[in-house]
Amino acid sequence: MLQGNNLECMRGDRVLFSGINFSIKPGELMQVRGPNGSGKTSLLRMLCGLAVPNSGEVSWNGSDIRSLGEDYYSVITYLGHLSGVKDDLTTIENLCITSALAGVEIDKKTACEILQKMGLEKREALLAKVLSQGQKRRVALARLLLVQTKLWILDEPLTALDVSAIELIKNIIERYLAQGGMVILTTHQEINITATVTHQLYLS
Amino acid sequence: MLIWIIRRDLLLAMRRQADVLTTLFFFIIVVSLFPLGVGPEMNILRIMAPGIVWVAALLASMLSLGRMFSNDYLDGTLEQILLSPTSLPLLVLGKMFSHWLVTGVPLVLMAPVLGIQYDLPFSALIVLTLSLLLGTPILSLIGAIGAALTLGLRGGGVLVSLLVLPLYIPVLIFGAGAVEASTAGLGFDAHFSLLGAFLLVSLVCAPWATAASLRISIE
Repeated sequence: MLQGNNLECMRGDRVLFSGINFSIKPGELMQVRGPNGSGKTSLLRMLCGLAVPNSGEVSWNGSDIRSLGEDYYSVITYLGHLSGVKDDLTTIENLCITSALAGVEIDKKTACEILQKMGLEKREALLAKVLSQGQKRRVALARLLLVQTKLWILDEPLTALDVSAIELIKNIIERYLAQGGMVILTTHQEINITATVTHQLYLS
Repeated sequence: MLIWIIRRDLLLAMRRQADVLTTLFFFIIVVSLFPLGVGPEMNILRIMAPGIVWVAALLASMLSLGRMFSNDYLDGTLEQILLSPTSLPLLVLGKMFSHWLVTGVPLVLMAPVLGIQYDLPFSALIVLTLSLLLGTPILSLIGAIGAALTLGLRGGGVLVSLLVLPLYIPVLIFGAGAVEASTAGLGFDAHFSLLGAFLLVSLVCAPWATAASLRISIE
């Protein structure tokens, strides 16, 4: 269970948000909404441990994530604005390396199958720099099919994706939620994801 | 896991050979300019050789420091590295090792050839190569701390040289000193022992310091 207690974020002396409280249990979804510049990305970076809240704490099963360190990183998957796809590596190399970094070592055959599921067949041996933005995003999202973590933190996962890819991601997230996963995501698009409980968090 | 990150960095270096070759050619050209400028005065060249080769090696390894983490930072891979369940100092050590393989090893291999221009005796060429072999990993290890601290800063390239070059001084003194001692017919064991000690200390401390700096820089 992930809990945020009284989280506050400052940019210079401006308070971006404060007093954010929430808790998410297995099978639940939290959508973070708010206009540009309201601190959605800052909040998500706090939740995955990349940034430290100015006050308050984020806790996983009751303990502060700062003290858990790598034990916490092994149960979460974070997908940020920057997709982490290397232009000079092929699609398949990108997937193998990012999933190895996430602790799942896969062979080329598995990687090919995953890329096919993401609609990237015949693109396996291409350098990522020749792919379109949407295709790069698909490569980054392919990791979701491999990792076995308990919490996904997705920052704008749907940017640059076409309708069929959005549908695909929606299905992946729904299946994951049904299996007891937790998802926190930000998106500007309207998307209806079925979950047992959907929390809405508004930042203004 | 360590293997993955080393393999990845080597693969990236192969795909971007210009970056690797810049460092090597910078080293070759700087070392070759001195004999041309000073003139064919063998005695002077022989005395200057260790210092020049070592200073050129410091500057050459400096050149590539900026790229050590910045590409990963810009495309978001660094966030994934920081959030990896594998211990961060270990991953950083992998990056340092591949940085040394890509920028340090070519310098070590090239040094004996360049030393010939300075009329160094065979024994001194061997000592020069060995001192670089011991010293260049220290440059990558210490340099990584500076690269991590200046990550994402404007004008980070200048700042990193101000931060890191002073820390390179002991390596320069004992690296060049070993070669001078050997040409003077003295023992150079003490210099090598000290270089070895620097290497061990930085091997233990630098990955942790770099990991901590990266966490601060990315916040």
